[in-house]
Amino acid sequence: MRRWLALLLALCCAALAVPAAAQSPADAAYGRLASDSYGDIEAGIAALATTGDPRAGAVLRALADGRLLYRADDRALAIRDGAALADARTGAALASADGFKPVRVNNRVRRAIDAATGTLNLVAPDPATRRAAAEAVFKARDAAALPALDAAIARETDAGLRRTLQEARAAALLARPGTPEIDRLGAVDALRERGDGDAMALLRGLAADPAQSVRDAAARAIAGIETRLAIVANVQNAWYGISLGSVLLLAAIGLAITFGVMGIINMAHGEMVMLGAYTTFLVQEGFRRSAPDLFDWSLPIAIPLAFLAAGAVGVLIERLVIRHLYGRPLETLLATWGISLILQQAVRSVFGPTNREVGAPSYMSGAFDLFGLSITWGRLWIVVFAMAVFVGLNLILKATSFGLKTRAVTQNRRMAAAMGIRTPWVDAMTFGLGSGIAGIAGVALSQIDNVSPNLGQGYIIDSFLVVVFGGVGNLWGTLVAALSLGVANKFLEPYAGAVLGKILLLVFIILFIQKRPRGLFALKGRAVES
Amino acid sequence: MTMSWKTWLARAAVAGGMALAAGAATAQETIKVGILHSLSGTMAISETTLKDAMLMLIEEQNRKGGLLGKKLEAVVVDPASNWPLFAEKARELIAKDKVTAVFGCWTSVSRKSVLPVFKELNSVLFYPVQYEGEESERNVFYTGAAPNQQAIPAVDYLMKEEKVERWVLEGTDYVYPRTTNKILEAYLKSKGVKAEDISINYTPFGQSDWQSRVSSIKSFGSAGKKTAVVSTVNGDANVPFYKELANQGVKATDIPVVAFSVGEEELAGIDTKPLVGHLAAWNYFMSIDTPANKDFIAKWHAFTKNPKRVTNDPMEAHYIGFNMWVKAVEKAGTTDPDKVIDALPGTKQANLTGGTSEMLPNHHITKPVFIGEIKDNGQFDVVWKTEGLIPGEAWSKQLDGSKDLEADWVKLKCGNYNTKTGKCGGA
Repeated sequence: MRRWLALLLALCCAALAVPAAAQSPADAAYGRLASDSYGDIEAGIAALATTGDPRAGAVLRALADGRLLYRADDRALAIRDGAALADARTGAALASADGFKPVRVNNRVRRAIDAATGTLNLVAPDPATRRAAAEAVFKARDAAALPALDAAIARETDAGLRRTLQEARAAALLARPGTPEIDRLGAVDALRERGDGDAMALLRGLAADPAQSVRDAAARAIAGIETRLAIVANVQNAWYGISLGSVLLLAAIGLAITFGVMGIINMAHGEMVMLGAYTTFLVQEGFRRSAPDLFDWSLPIAIPLAFLAAGAVGVLIERLVIRHLYGRPLETLLATWGISLILQQAVRSVFGPTNREVGAPSYMSGAFDLFGLSITWGRLWIVVFAMAVFVGLNLILKATSFGLKTRAVTQNRRMAAAMGIRTPWVDAMTFGLGSGIAGIAGVALSQIDNVSPNLGQGYIIDSFLVVVFGGVGNLWGTLVAALSLGVANKFLEPYAGAVLGKILLLVFIILFIQKRPRGLFALKGRAVES
Repeated sequence: MTMSWKTWLARAAVAGGMALAAGAATAQETIKVGILHSLSGTMAISETTLKDAMLMLIEEQNRKGGLLGKKLEAVVVDPASNWPLFAEKARELIAKDKVTAVFGCWTSVSRKSVLPVFKELNSVLFYPVQYEGEESERNVFYTGAAPNQQAIPAVDYLMKEEKVERWVLEGTDYVYPRTTNKILEAYLKSKGVKAEDISINYTPFGQSDWQSRVSSIKSFGSAGKKTAVVSTVNGDANVPFYKELANQGVKATDIPVVAFSVGEEELAGIDTKPLVGHLAAWNYFMSIDTPANKDFIAKWHAFTKNPKRVTNDPMEAHYIGFNMWVKAVEKAGTTDPDKVIDALPGTKQANLTGGTSEMLPNHHITKPVFIGEIKDNGQFDVVWKTEGLIPGEAWSKQLDGSKDLEADWVKLKCGNYNTKTGKCGGA
């Protein structure tokens, strides 16, 4: 690659040395970049990448970031770096920015940049850059990249990277007209090994290949990939189901305490989730203002704060409203519904009706590939977090004295009072615990949903569904119900569509509740009678 | 408890009524303008901004000396995102508050719900949001885009510039996406797109789990043909949709998503860095650099006292509609609805993007169409625009039932004149 670059450089210099050649190829390429026509810019990028101009990489990066400026009258190009301005062709500093406008970028131009920087970065020192470059070249399917690919394959030492490069080479070979049959067959092999949707897209393009052998090989490869992808799709559905289930679990588990254990129909449960999400927003705003470098810590810090904020509001609601209404479910329902409206409107008045931006910390952005499964980090963390909350809550209820008192009060209030437990205090704390857990759920949901005053409304129905389906008063039931509803939903969705899928699930739950009114895991024994 | 709630409510209602009555008594010599936008409930997210925009426009008009020598007075009501309540509030505005015109509604279902009220009480409604078309009423003026002013140009752009051959029509399950997608499907087929290259999907309102949908869009897009998503996904569901697109790495350079309901306001809640290059089609973008637009944005920031507030397409629609109404009232010399309705068609008003919009006899307006790409700062970069202004079509030329219909309130005095049978009254 270096030799190739050097050769091109030498050629450029030779071209400059000859007075008859008014413009070097690089100059011509730069000239085309200084334009407001997307077609010209695109052609300029492709030309620049093949000139081997040493400044090409920096210019393309600047273009991608919107830092490349041009002046229409003399076709001057400049790179903006903070406040400083440098001539793009020579790197010399420029004094004034007069008349410069950014070179415009659209998807077409962006694709050209990706392909061009891909070719340039194939020999980058950093393996991650090389991998991204190889993938970009694979997507570009550009026959012009073949010499660069060959050179890169010869140099590459990492076996995995070399395979990616071979795949990119296969894609480029298939795109080049007049590739010999034997090379086309080799390319089909390389793509079969890759075995993903992109490879299949390329193989499908071979249906009109002149050679019978290539057509057959492509058809066999497609059949093989299809079987593999079908298996992957099922595993993927299961994962999506678990991920949706964990979101349902997070939303419902607080309700499993307030509704399941205490028997309060709490329509304001969704608003506790919403308060948790807004707490996250406030914490992140604080970090953005005072410590942007520590932004990744905003979620761990938001978790306890959201618990406290939502828990405190929960205790307040219990003390002010709900404790006067114990034993009157209809009135509780109406009162908590009213509270939910008040909370929504209060948040709307304070924060405004529009969505608030809650950012994703770096460890929750993006996705990784696991045997062809694409798993997003955000979802993975939410699954882990939901399980942690579930285990933690179980420990609190089963292994602490507060949990013991809670269970005692809910099972037999008068007996517990006779044993000296302050039942009103336990009631308030238990309701606060359920609300606080809902607040924690809000921290997680802020990562995947709108942070708006309506956030909670989207989850309240689903939460009740999960708790009732799982069996009132049983945390394990909530877990099983959430996961099975999530998985069932995700397996139904591809066949029935999202709308019908949801309807089918609702019908199923209605029938199920008819048959088993106490849900999946009904409490047995004396607790049922009370 | 229930009793005390009821009495409390009753007292609040009485107090509110008295406040309104007092307001009416002190303001004798004013022209009243009704604002019918949800300030609470699910639609508050979009509609509150429009209420503020209207208040700003009215305040500005008053500073210019009002209308017909009188001050304008805004009457704001809150239909709370509740469709039947829209009809009740509209009736209250027209019958009780005696407003001369109403600016309001966002969803099509709220518009349909107030239609009979406006017909019965003969008042004027300005509707500022892009919608599915297939309607033209004497009492309603549609200042948002009809499908031929948004959806069709967007698809044309993708076909020409991005060479798209395979289409995912992704929508929320209600009337606007369903009608728009029906029109788009017919249009794409007329352009030679095969049925197997079109995938139409609907998700419920407020869909928050997009994992399966995004993954099936990805696999639909890996068939070897350039694929694009045309999204009529509504408001709240967009943020999780775009977050999932970003997380699963669906880049605009691979599968661009062009949206009809995502504007500056919706992007305010998302980190747009991973979304750079996805598209939206509108008749206005905040980033369009014209003196009129700069002036409008400056006034908006001053009025809201918040230099970060964004402007959007429906706000411009209200700007055009309100100014057209002012001109029509001045021309008619009265606020009498019949005279204003007759004066409005033909009224011209400079829009904020450098053109001049005109109210057409079918009660729609002419508008330019822009395609914008999302930038990393939450704004749009206009990459394409139509030459000149496109007249709004009330009835789609793509659909069987509406092909032969024509709306003309000037000559024909009819909103659904059938050119085949020569009768007014639909297909």
